Amino acid sequence: MQPPTAHPYMANSVPAIQREMLDSIGVRDIEELFVQIPADHRLARPLDLPPALSEHELRRHLVETLSKNSTTEDNLSFLGAGIWQHHVPAAVDEIVRRNEWLTSIYGVPSSDHGLYQSWFEFCSQLGELLNLDLVGMPVRSWGTAAGHALRMAARLTGRNEVAVVRAIDPERLSIIRNYCEPPEMADHIVVHLINYDPATGLVDLDQLRATVGAQTAAVYFEVPSYLGLIDHQAAEIAAIARAAGAETIVGVDPISLGVLSAPSDYGADIVVGTIQPLGIHLHAGGGVGGFIATRDEPRYAGEYPTLFISIAETIKPGEYGFGRALLHQSSYALREKGKDWIGHSVYMWAVAATAYMAMMGPQGFAEIGEIIVQRAHHAARRLGELEGITITFPSGFFKEFVVNFDDAGKSVSEINDALRAEGIFGGHDLSSDFPELGQSALYCVSEVHTHSDIERLAGALQKVISQ
Amino acid sequence: MNAILKQYQAPVWNEPVIMEMGYPGRRGVLFAPAEPEIRQQVGDVSALIPSKLRRQDRPALPEMTEPEVLYHYLRLSQQTLGMMGISLFGTCTMKYNPQINEQMAWRPEITELHPLQHEDTMQGALEIVHEMDLMLRELSGMDQFVFQAGGGSEAAYTNCAVTRAYHASKGELEQRDEIIVTIQSHPCNPATAAAAGFKVVTLMLDENGYPSLDALKAAVSNRTAALMVTNPDDMGVYNPEMKEWVRIVHEAGGLAFYDAANFNATMSKLRPREIGFDACMFMLHKTFGAPKSGVGGPATGAYGCSAELVPFLPSPLVVRDEGRYRLDADRPQSVGKIREFLGNVQVVLKAYAWTRAMGADGIAQASDISVLANNYMEKGLLAIRGVTRSHPEATTPRMEMTRYSFQTLKEETGVDTHDVQNRMSDFGMDPLWQSHEPWLVPEPFTPEAGETYGKEALDQWIAVIRRISEEAYSNPELVKTSPHNQAVHRLKPGATDDPESRAMTWRAFQKKRLRQARSGTDQMRAVVD
Repeated sequence: MQPPTAHPYMANSVPAIQREMLDSIGVRDIEELFVQIPADHRLARPLDLPPALSEHELRRHLVETLSKNSTTEDNLSFLGAGIWQHHVPAAVDEIVRRNEWLTSIYGVPSSDHGLYQSWFEFCSQLGELLNLDLVGMPVRSWGTAAGHALRMAARLTGRNEVAVVRAIDPERLSIIRNYCEPPEMADHIVVHLINYDPATGLVDLDQLRATVGAQTAAVYFEVPSYLGLIDHQAAEIAAIARAAGAETIVGVDPISLGVLSAPSDYGADIVVGTIQPLGIHLHAGGGVGGFIATRDEPRYAGEYPTLFISIAETIKPGEYGFGRALLHQSSYALREKGKDWIGHSVYMWAVAATAYMAMMGPQGFAEIGEIIVQRAHHAARRLGELEGITITFPSGFFKEFVVNFDDAGKSVSEINDALRAEGIFGGHDLSSDFPELGQSALYCVSEVHTHSDIERLAGALQKVISQ
Repeated sequence: MNAILKQYQAPVWNEPVIMEMGYPGRRGVLFAPAEPEIRQQVGDVSALIPSKLRRQDRPALPEMTEPEVLYHYLRLSQQTLGMMGISLFGTCTMKYNPQINEQMAWRPEITELHPLQHEDTMQGALEIVHEMDLMLRELSGMDQFVFQAGGGSEAAYTNCAVTRAYHASKGELEQRDEIIVTIQSHPCNPATAAAAGFKVVTLMLDENGYPSLDALKAAVSNRTAALMVTNPDDMGVYNPEMKEWVRIVHEAGGLAFYDAANFNATMSKLRPREIGFDACMFMLHKTFGAPKSGVGGPATGAYGCSAELVPFLPSPLVVRDEGRYRLDADRPQSVGKIREFLGNVQVVLKAYAWTRAMGADGIAQASDISVLANNYMEKGLLAIRGVTRSHPEATTPRMEMTRYSFQTLKEETGVDTHDVQNRMSDFGMDPLWQSHEPWLVPEPFTPEAGETYGKEALDQWIAVIRRISEEAYSNPELVKTSPHNQAVHRLKPGATDDPESRAMTWRAFQKKRLRQARSGTDQMRAVVD
């Protein structure tokens, strides 16, 4: 049975054109084309789905449903913990939404030349921020980047243990544990967690030295750390790893790299991180994206699970194009013998990030880094003045810091409920993942937070705590 | 089937690499400095950053204005064919990405939503995720879906993680270390199985186009953890013995996973759970109308399973309690996280919007049209000189795809499938897709007509292949040196892989170009000397 009218998304939903096509191939009924499927595989009834909607009905329905959300734009938000609020220039949104590359399936280097070039420019600009020559196309998130990097290190060294900092996003750690495989598997990678010094929040070097040894494939730490801190021992950590013949893997937030050293400059071999701060909205968590970068050495290049884009000469002298590189080592080419696996990632976010980095330039990154560090430290000091609040690690952080409420006599959950009633999203509750930090929350302050925002937060917190 | 070919010329902007653009001192975006009271309070920035980690150098990024950046990327977007031409890229189910879906997904109620917000402030987003879950349950017969995977491969990996947790819960993981696939399972199935720590057993096809039951019986044992299979496969061949396959795998104690990559052919016609599968995945960026962005994503591999496997799914799950939606993360047997947060919620929204716009009738019709369109194209394509098809002796109609070969064309003219691919783009046509590895059919190509394009567009596609075949027989050099009407020419063979020339960043390129220039000079000196 045909629906009475053709569907706007389907050019061949006109019955007469279907008849033309059927006649042309000598088939009476479309059903005859499904003879490969045995009758007992077939669904015996029509699908039971909600009624189809016209575009206007759909719009009304979605607008109404979405209005039940209350966003970081409607509220004053201090949430970070893996995805952060930064300003996204309008030009970046215009670029990333273009139908041409939104709908592309990648063609060949000449037919999708513009998309390939934008991807190469993403890798090139990120390479400048990282001071690294080999940058892969994005992977799906920071956590998956870290997981792949640890597996790369295990293959590179032939070892099966890694040291990972305890002050890490629990979501990221969970992904890493999946990537390192359960103990029952033959290639299981043992994850040793390295504590942080409770006084400073920085990596416990004694424990690191005691843990790292002949079986260590990699040491993984982050700058800034999950708790926001800039660990000044970074070069020493890398030296400990190198002395043991292990790879140093550093996770980094690239928006910090206008003011913080590139990890390769303090000894990182493999650098991973997020690309979300580079011009990508939150998208309810759908804004995350990750990267992997190293020195341009065949030893590393040969272990990447990512897609690479290389600049290359075309057959016309003096002309350059861009094409996929080292595809032959991927799972597309080698199936189970490939390097981990490849597939859909977040390449549209590479387009957003390349536009963002170009708009920022060196001065933009330097300034945003300074502004964030200033605003975050000011906010921490301002909150630290309040009765009942302690800033656990009061200095030397980037955009996030730990706010402790133990002396307030209220849980983070209670405080955040009360803040929400004031139109404020308090920091992410750390109390269940980091019980040793007591009733603490991770507050994020970036370039978007003004002096008056912090005053508003301080006023609300004072009220909540004194109630 | 007689279409007149359009003249086409891609925009040629000769756009420099952005690293060569700009002028020192130009700015693309400004930020308000911290207020005086803040600067006064916190003092010098350099005192706030440990000296050992303060950046000393300036990253060599371009310095450009906002319009310079905007128009550079708009020019590049114009040099991207995408679906502006006709794209029938097989296995990827090219279909229209409705604008209303983009418009809704880019509303601030989604773009500015933080995934760690309190559930009370995310009820709209959670409702959409839950309603999409319910619709996929109806389409599949499964009991629960999760959307954490950022693509099909990651959903396949999710399946491997769930498989590990399931067998571990029974104390059998160490013993059950094998996953069975077929040579026609998408590469992500064996690849994720291996990355999850399993040994991969690959079944080859017999003359029917799918592996024999005997091959499967020989492969299963008490080491079998799971079967991962696509049906119909990428040649449009449906394995009618699949119920028996699932029974055999279950009898051996393994799980059966259905990679529904090719669901366009079978949606509304069958439900994976009723065939017996324990789990399946749907590609929301293929079958359900969300964009692919250059096999790039953000995408979503929606993973669904039977009640028995639900405890092992990644966390959190979106659940509905008395009219309110909440995130359930208190699930002790869960595999935890495959990727951070809830997945690409904006992609779920787009797929939800597509499904609501289609409705049950629309979905059934899309499947009908896809299979009709493929069979319609098959008649036109097989009439072209130099084109043959896999399993030529099979008499039943293929489903939504057919695997063809240019082997005859290559033998007779020297023009191969890669040449045809390039030449297609000279007609404003998105290049054909060949085949996943390994190429079971030599010089393969695999169009998938789908439901979006009209008969006229399909006729155009066929006409382009016919024209290229004629050119191959009359003037093969024209095809072998194509494209001629594109933004750039084809790349020098091997240039992107040779360690001496490949450069994945501008800084690597500068170094290698300099090195090559130097060695060129050295060689010249050597000649002079």
